[in-house]
Amino acid sequence: MQPPESRLNPPGRRFGPFRNRAMRVVGALGLTAALSACNTLVLKPSGDVAQQQGDLVVVATLLMLLIVVPVMLAVVIFAWRYRANNKDAKYEPDWDHSTQLELMIWAAPLLIIICLGAVTWTSTHLLDPYRTIGRIDAQTQVSQDAKPLEVEVVALDWKWLFIYPEQGVATVNELVVPSGRPLNFKITSANVMNSFYVPAMAGQIYAMPGMETRLHAVMNSNVESVGFSANYSGAGFTHMRFKMRSVSDADFAKWVGDVKTTGTKPQPAGDVIAAEAFTGVPAKQMGGTLDRAAYLELEKPTQKVPAIRFANVDPKLYDAVVNMCVQPGKMCMSEMMALDARGGMGKAGIRNVQMLSYDKDGRDSAVAESANPSDAVKRELAWVRALCEQMPGQVRDGSVKAPSDLRSLNGAGIPAPQSIGFGGEDAPALPAKPAHISLNSRN
Amino acid sequence: MAIEAEAHNHWSPLLGRLWLDAIPQEPIVLATFVVVMLGGAALVAGLTYFKLWGYLWKEWFTSVDHKKIGIMYMILGLVMFLRGFADAIMMRAQQAMAFNGNDGYLNAHHYDQVFTAHGVIMIFFVAMPFVTGLMNYIVPLQIGARDVSFPFLNNFSFWMTTAGAVLTMMSLFVGEFAQTGWLAYPPLSNLAYSPWVGVDYYIWSLQIAGVGTLLSGVNLVCTIVKMRAPGMTMMRMPVFTWTSLCTNILIVAAFPVLTAVMTMLTVDRYLGFNFFSNDFGGSPMMYVNLIWIWGHPEVYILILPLFGVFSEVVSTFSGKRLFGYSSMVYATLVITILSYLVWLHHFFTMGSGASVNSFFGITTMVISIPTGAKLFNWLFTMYRGRIRYELPMMWTVAFMLTFTVGGMTGVLLAVPPADFVLHNSLFLIAHFHNVIIGGVLFGIFAAINFWWPKAFGFKLNQFWGKVSFWLWVPGFWFAFMPLYILGLMGVTRRMRVFDDPSIQIWFVIAAFGAVMIAGGIGAMLVQFAVSIWKREELKDETGDPWNGRTLEWSTSSPPPEYNFAFTPLVHDLDAWDDMKRCGVQRPTSGFRPIHMPSGTGTGLILAGLSTSLGFAMIWYIWWLAAVSFAGIIGYAIFHTFNYKRDYHIPVETVEATEAERTRQLAAAGA
Amino acid sequence: MTANTAPTHTLDQAQLQAAFYDLNEHDHPEGGSTMLGFWVYLMSDCLIFAMLFAAYGVLGGSLAAGPGPKDLFELPLVALNTAMLLFSSITYGFAMLAMEKNNKGATQAWLLVTAVFGACFLGIELYEFSNLIHEGATPMRSGFLTAFFSLVGTHGLHVTFGLIWLFTLVVQVGKKGLIPANKRRLMCLSLFWHFLDVIWIGVFTFVYLMGML
Repeated sequence: MQPPESRLNPPGRRFGPFRNRAMRVVGALGLTAALSACNTLVLKPSGDVAQQQGDLVVVATLLMLLIVVPVMLAVVIFAWRYRANNKDAKYEPDWDHSTQLELMIWAAPLLIIICLGAVTWTSTHLLDPYRTIGRIDAQTQVSQDAKPLEVEVVALDWKWLFIYPEQGVATVNELVVPSGRPLNFKITSANVMNSFYVPAMAGQIYAMPGMETRLHAVMNSNVESVGFSANYSGAGFTHMRFKMRSVSDADFAKWVGDVKTTGTKPQPAGDVIAAEAFTGVPAKQMGGTLDRAAYLELEKPTQKVPAIRFANVDPKLYDAVVNMCVQPGKMCMSEMMALDARGGMGKAGIRNVQMLSYDKDGRDSAVAESANPSDAVKRELAWVRALCEQMPGQVRDGSVKAPSDLRSLNGAGIPAPQSIGFGGEDAPALPAKPAHISLNSRN
Repeated sequence: MAIEAEAHNHWSPLLGRLWLDAIPQEPIVLATFVVVMLGGAALVAGLTYFKLWGYLWKEWFTSVDHKKIGIMYMILGLVMFLRGFADAIMMRAQQAMAFNGNDGYLNAHHYDQVFTAHGVIMIFFVAMPFVTGLMNYIVPLQIGARDVSFPFLNNFSFWMTTAGAVLTMMSLFVGEFAQTGWLAYPPLSNLAYSPWVGVDYYIWSLQIAGVGTLLSGVNLVCTIVKMRAPGMTMMRMPVFTWTSLCTNILIVAAFPVLTAVMTMLTVDRYLGFNFFSNDFGGSPMMYVNLIWIWGHPEVYILILPLFGVFSEVVSTFSGKRLFGYSSMVYATLVITILSYLVWLHHFFTMGSGASVNSFFGITTMVISIPTGAKLFNWLFTMYRGRIRYELPMMWTVAFMLTFTVGGMTGVLLAVPPADFVLHNSLFLIAHFHNVIIGGVLFGIFAAINFWWPKAFGFKLNQFWGKVSFWLWVPGFWFAFMPLYILGLMGVTRRMRVFDDPSIQIWFVIAAFGAVMIAGGIGAMLVQFAVSIWKREELKDETGDPWNGRTLEWSTSSPPPEYNFAFTPLVHDLDAWDDMKRCGVQRPTSGFRPIHMPSGTGTGLILAGLSTSLGFAMIWYIWWLAAVSFAGIIGYAIFHTFNYKRDYHIPVETVEATEAERTRQLAAAGA
Repeated sequence: MTANTAPTHTLDQAQLQAAFYDLNEHDHPEGGSTMLGFWVYLMSDCLIFAMLFAAYGVLGGSLAAGPGPKDLFELPLVALNTAMLLFSSITYGFAMLAMEKNNKGATQAWLLVTAVFGACFLGIELYEFSNLIHEGATPMRSGFLTAFFSLVGTHGLHVTFGLIWLFTLVVQVGKKGLIPANKRRLMCLSLFWHFLDVIWIGVFTFVYLMGML
């Protein structure tokens, strides 16, 4: 374990020794001369997943340099040698074909791409963000009974909400996780696309409204770092950053206790984005319990939001956020999709638009007067809701299970990944739209 | 955003949303507005004073001559390039200074427009006009044709592209441009999150320019398929013509997708449809897929013609036949096909399964094989050549070195787990500028230096060209190497201010690079000016200043309106080289009248009406939209009643022109 | 590509010129590329429809707890509509046959018959749309309805433009007769009209039939 450090600006580390073998190889090639002068977080992260991804960057680069370096040398050499005033060089104006050379120029890149393709196929499966963590680091396998820490992440305008369902607390713009424990992020967004990215921990994944994406990761050392949105999301995007800390298990428990006490008080909540001048008015202070009403207040566009802590959180809040039904009287996406899978509600449901509108007619259209569905709609909806209640846990988990056996971590025996589509008949309780690209959403 | 909807909620039947608040308040924009207005007024006054309007209208605006249209495209590209670069340098300045609590000099509303406009302008109104202009000018000459298949359509296409550019420029001074990034992903580009006119400007500019691009694609495909000189089989076509053919096939097969996607976004925004809405069963992910199904072929639309340019330049200045012509052609075809199978690599991070991601990652890598083969072909063309380092060749060598690095980082980004850590980072920005500047722009510069003497009859000044080159190439590396490093440090794109002071130095270096590039652009403008000033000294009367190999060098510079008095017959690749080797003299008698298309103002009028339609739709001025639309339909129908669209150049004119050419050749020979 | 196939130096300059220049060139017939060009354009148009079909494939199941195809479509009406369009294609074929025989009057007459069928098609489609909208099944109601209205509506817009073009051609044939330029235009419109027929077959199968099954 390394000592805690600030990832973006570690004092005294900027010219420090290279840490891993892959970096030394690059160093031998002189590439790191440039890179070591700065703190290339992506290549030297603290999480095992990001480390593997960073190593892959290096390996792929080295593979390609095998051909790029000779080509660039040849360009320089030929350009110099065959300059017009070098009369010593051979001149063959009609030489324009050589079967061996042509074979070589197609085969050499092909070979590199075959190697790189193999690396790509295995690494893409092994480092699939939907795949549960199979190892803590290169030596340590995740034990069978290890319980991952679940964190539910919501991208809001323009801050990040983290819900810890197990601990029953929530924070804004503050992510604290225990080191050495698998982390299981469920990610969504309240309105526009964002990308959840903590460079020190693992690669990014989009946060999208009405959908849930997954990220599995682990932190291998106690560090202080940053996370942010890596996908432009509007006026306050630039400040949509949060502090991320990985701590020991004991410190994590202590921090949760802290949140439970300090989170009861109202705390400052950033600036409201005010007309034209994008600065200024402080937002209403927040804290205490994050229930639906508090969430709706939190959801309003603000920027430069400091860390906010909530001592309690409504356990059903995250599900409601994913399903875009936090606002009272709204039909949840899952309910809507369950009804759609049964063929919709026919003409009975045709005028039932209030229940469904979220943001189409503007950011605040969900707040419009509450829906007044017809009896038929109420009946159908009650039926679907009852069905969902009866079948807890029927929502299919989007993640792909890592093999339990370390040997297969080299890529052998990877099971074919399952698409996260949902079945029509056999799964009446449906998750929100799967993030997998499927050109046929009916399937 | 939501607040702006309140700020701009004015609507009247006469002016729609247009009101005094449409004039931007930012002092920078106001100053630019004043400067542009003064410059525009000076230009108009000058043209009026020198009585040039009639000349411009008759000889240029309404001309259907592919050469003049090609030159107008290049001018459009150059003007828009200056605008796009102004945006770039504003971004570099903002990012270099916005540290330590300094908010920089651009607020979010302005900065977000700047980076969106930069991307849109550079792709649609710089790279596209440059590439289309080149193809327009060169392709008919290379295949021994007198014009394109549909000369009127060509003029119309140009004016539609210009109409799109005009709307984009208008957004600077009337209203705002989109603040969404250059591809305007919903939900951010939906009405709820971009309520005012920015995204509407974006939609209508692209839609109108897209019509022009599509029609010009149809036109050039037909020209290349149908209008080649006798004897020029497909495998005897110059490589530039081949790459142009593939590019235009890509245009025809990709731009309709853009049209469809933009229309879907339009109906979502204007009529409340649910293609990309969050609620009511819409799918924003579908937009991302569809726009990249257009977007990825688009980058090959941009680069392929320049691959052709480099092939022509390398073979000409090495004094050799191109190495591996057929593998060059097949490589181009493979790239054309594969470019449709890779779109998903732009969003590996959207959560597709591992198998889908690796499929698209590997297809992307496979594209590097034909691209690599091309590079080797250029390399072996130089091998055992006699390389003359004129400006076009210098740009080509710079391209070969620069583009290789860009290609390598591109393949790196195609590895999905590597993309997870580098996606949307400044590494990505460095990568695509590395290929677009190193490939497309360097290629354009090579092409301008190469074919300028053909278009105008005099070479470009070499000194200022070299100054420009030596500012541009190192400037490029200074501007973008830091971005690679910043990307590896985990710095993401489109940021306006930064917390971490330790990374400021890299932005300062990048800004320095941008300043060098500005110098390079300045030197290039000086180069044009000096060359025009000293055109007598730089004059080329042979029509073949570089000892060229393809048919465009067989005519005079600039070529006569009809290009070739007699259509050449082709027996081999490098037809003009073949003719020179055989010692054939051009015929000096036996001329006939030449059948040519006549000019028309219809293209300009229709494009003007389209601009008005776009403007009216953007501002919700419904009556004007209806009138403009009716005008377009009516005028188009009216145009079809004109059956007299061609004329003959009388034989006396041909004889006089050719006699002048004989005199020039004799003078050059003496 | 290595051998120089050009004539050897034993040829004199006149022979060389004849080998390398088309000295006896005639005007190229006007509009030689038109059919190819129009065909390429149609293929690009086809892609727009491909996108709309794809969007329908993606959104077709997103009923937003509203009505689905089975609740809304009336197959007999659509069958009648399809018949109208198919008939119009046949009558357009007759117009082309008449054009081949240089029979100006018959060409115009068949074109007008085609227009009547086309107008009936449009009328029925508008009737269907207005019924749907009246019931509340607007394009704004769900992803499915958005995709449906856009796909069918785009086809309808094409038919509308086809009709405008058709009337223009009737007038032009009247004024100028069956000159080559007009024949070429009639051929293009013919391609366009049959193309719309093919698209409609796709719409009918993919949207209506498969939606009702």
